[in-house]
Amino acid sequence: MARPPLRVTRRSLADYLIGTGLAGLAGTILYPLVRYLIPPKVREVSAGSIVAAKVAEVAPNSGKVFLFGGKPAILVRTPEGTFKAFSAVCTHLACTVQYRPEIGHIWCACHDGHYDLNGQVLAGPPPRPLPEFSVTVRGDDVIVTRPA
Amino acid sequence: MVGRVRWAVLIGAAAWLWLAPPGRTAAAPAPPPPPAAPADSCTGCHRTLGGRLAAPTQAIADDIHVRRGFSCAACHGGDPQAPGMEAMDPRKGFVGKPGRQRLPALCGRCHADPAFMRRYNPATPTDEVARFLTSVHGQRLVKGDVKVATCTSCHGVHPILAVADSRSPVFPSNVPGTCARCHADARYMQPYGIPITQYAEYQASVHGEALLQRGSKQAPACNDCHGNHGAVPPGVESVANVCAQCHASQRDLFVRSPHRVPFEGMGLAQCTACHGTHKILRPTDEMVGAAPPAVCAQCHAPGSKGAAAATAIRSALEDLKQALQAATQVVALAEHAGMDMTDAKLPLNDAQTQLILARNLVHSLSLREVQSAATEGVGLARRAADLGLAALDEIAFRRRGLVVALVVIAVLVLGLYLKSRTLGVPGNS
Amino acid sequence: MGLGAWLEDRLRWRAADQFLRHKRVPLVRHGYVYYFGGITLFLFLIQVVTGLLLLMYYRPTADAAYESVRFIMARVQFGWLVRSVHSWAANLMVFWVFAHLFGAFFLRAYRRPRELTWISGGLLLFVTLAFGFTGYLLPWNMLAYFATKVGTEIVGAVPLVGGPLLVLLRGGEDVTEATLSRFFGIHVAILPALTTLLLGLHLFLVQLHGMSHPGARPPGRALPFIPHVVLREAMIWLGMTALLAVLAVLLPWPAGEKADPLAPAPAGIKPEWYFVFMFQTLKLIPSHVLGLEGEQAGIVAFVLGAAVLLAVPFLDRGEEPTRATRIVRAAGVAAVLYIVGMTAYGYLAP
Repeated sequence: MARPPLRVTRRSLADYLIGTGLAGLAGTILYPLVRYLIPPKVREVSAGSIVAAKVAEVAPNSGKVFLFGGKPAILVRTPEGTFKAFSAVCTHLACTVQYRPEIGHIWCACHDGHYDLNGQVLAGPPPRPLPEFSVTVRGDDVIVTRPA
Repeated sequence: MVGRVRWAVLIGAAAWLWLAPPGRTAAAPAPPPPPAAPADSCTGCHRTLGGRLAAPTQAIADDIHVRRGFSCAACHGGDPQAPGMEAMDPRKGFVGKPGRQRLPALCGRCHADPAFMRRYNPATPTDEVARFLTSVHGQRLVKGDVKVATCTSCHGVHPILAVADSRSPVFPSNVPGTCARCHADARYMQPYGIPITQYAEYQASVHGEALLQRGSKQAPACNDCHGNHGAVPPGVESVANVCAQCHASQRDLFVRSPHRVPFEGMGLAQCTACHGTHKILRPTDEMVGAAPPAVCAQCHAPGSKGAAAATAIRSALEDLKQALQAATQVVALAEHAGMDMTDAKLPLNDAQTQLILARNLVHSLSLREVQSAATEGVGLARRAADLGLAALDEIAFRRRGLVVALVVIAVLVLGLYLKSRTLGVPGNS
Repeated sequence: MGLGAWLEDRLRWRAADQFLRHKRVPLVRHGYVYYFGGITLFLFLIQVVTGLLLLMYYRPTADAAYESVRFIMARVQFGWLVRSVHSWAANLMVFWVFAHLFGAFFLRAYRRPRELTWISGGLLLFVTLAFGFTGYLLPWNMLAYFATKVGTEIVGAVPLVGGPLLVLLRGGEDVTEATLSRFFGIHVAILPALTTLLLGLHLFLVQLHGMSHPGARPPGRALPFIPHVVLREAMIWLGMTALLAVLAVLLPWPAGEKADPLAPAPAGIKPEWYFVFMFQTLKLIPSHVLGLEGEQAGIVAFVLGAAVLLAVPFLDRGEEPTRATRIVRAAGVAAVLYIVGMTAYGYLAP
């Protein structure tokens, strides 16, 4: 008389485990799936171009450093309002350069290197000009593109 | 006897004529105009003579002057149109081999004449001879020491090559070797009692390595610090400005540093007091601190205020280096584990920038300035490290997720296994 | 009318249900082989699902392909999981296709009336390899780029049609963005369509003829498909799921370096492991064989080998083992040893 209840218990245990397991499995599959389908906030990027900033974000006579292809780049808005973009890696010792509004050009703090708004070296130790990227403004986006 | 006197007079008169600055006196002959066709008898004969007399003709076609249309007579005088020995008639201005002492004036006939030189290169300087006369070489030469360098000692002769010609002895990367021909020669320098180790030291220096081994024409040769035509050892008061030709930012920092005044008082040259002269090595952080090999210890006794500041400056640099290294490691670890660490690149880069900046700010000798750059760098490095740690946390999260999934699967498999056990195998029972 | 009856009226699903209830799987020695096909099918389904998910973010251009893969792995939540599972399941699927093939081969499951089942299975193997080859290029990384370059070059050595075939495959003279577009199209449209047809036929034939059994007569014992085999199959599939999860989490598939057509080929370029035996053969083959260039001879040999593989049911036809059976079986053993040996040699040789 002891066996039948045991069999019943085992069967119900199996059913219980299967039920729980199925529910759990559905959870472990659906959770990542749904999260995957939610589009990430960050914009997709390609190697050749990037949305460096919003137009309103960069006032005339100011600059913004951003990451482009894993390396720092600098977007400069000239006092006249046009956009220019360069590699922000100083050609001297690879410090990150910045825009100095009061002198109106690009400057590297490390050894006082100066570049004009064509990327050419004005003064200081940099041996080469900063590589320039092309900039297009599409709507509200400032798009920086690497030359092909 | 009479003949010799006549010769001496002739030579003297000729020398006066050659030495007289052109254009200033009416008696001075105008610089020779470039002949239209250098058809001359000088090379024609000398080429056939062989030996010492033929040697000047051998590579003369490469000579910058010959290329611009000058003939031998431009320097040596005489009449190249005359077919025979009469070409070398002193009455036709022939001077033969000009003595070393006379060379500056001879070359200066053209090279010190701006109006003349403008025809060949409007931007070329015409103060070489004037500068030369201010140099140690020039002043000794005037006093009759013909062992010192004069124009041809450095520029060569037959042919005199353009400075931009890489075969020229004064082509930038050839300059140190050219100077060393005399200045590294113990016997030659013996009468002057000056050191002869400069060349060897320079070769070992960061500048020598850049110029001689890497061929970087921007690296200074001897003349970039000493001057070329006006070569003198730079004085204590001018060292910082000499170095600042390239290292301007360090000079700017130094001249407003608390070291400037005491250095002047002690007669210490600014840059060279710490960096040396000819054997300037790549600076290291070990140069800063209170004990040797730190250069600060040359003046600041252990326990002094200066030594304490040096120690603090050094530890600011070390702190930043340590933070940077830790951040780089944690980011590399996360990257190695398959995480995308692009976001950490910018702060990591900026921290590296701060390290380079802080190292340069050492020239300000201001603890506050070095510390502020270093502290900012440490903050940036921490931000990168935090991103790395977050990535490592994400890996841990994934592993926890994996464990959860595996437990769920195990439960389900166990259930299925029990179920299948209860079913048994039909036909078996 | 209940929902069941309503559906029955339209779908006639009870027939299928009845059919499956009567389906039996023989209980024989090496009976585990019967599960290999199911594992392959499961991995294929995983590929379909993860492949569809990847399509939501992947972009097949030379400019964006690599970046989009990195984007999936770094920015999309659980993107790393989907991408790694897709890569790992692809490799496991190739392995299990081979296992399924040799399992069926050694149980002689290709005998009458299952010749077409065998042939459709063989074609599915080729399709799977094509899936692997085209999919490998899609992340547009350095290794994939150069492996594809070398791999397509081999196609160029095919006698007579090699040159045009190469251009057709690459979409030009060289491996470029055009190749990427082409491979993408092949990978996500042409091959899935082919697979659907072949797999449909394959599975239909399996149901039509029932499970094969090694001997001439059916064995005395068999397991009902429902629920016994289904339960066992479910456990195996879950085990596969667990394996995939472990691999994806602990050994995430790397994105590599972005392909740079101008860079020198990195050292140690190797195709995916399942092509290594062919790659190694072509490397070892002498420069001239039977009036053909070595590479051409190798390709001809592999094409003949594939033809022989498809022809197996017609070479060994008897219900009972015959002399032909022994020859075919020996050839099969030789093929297994050759593939394993050459693969090992390809990885161990300097």
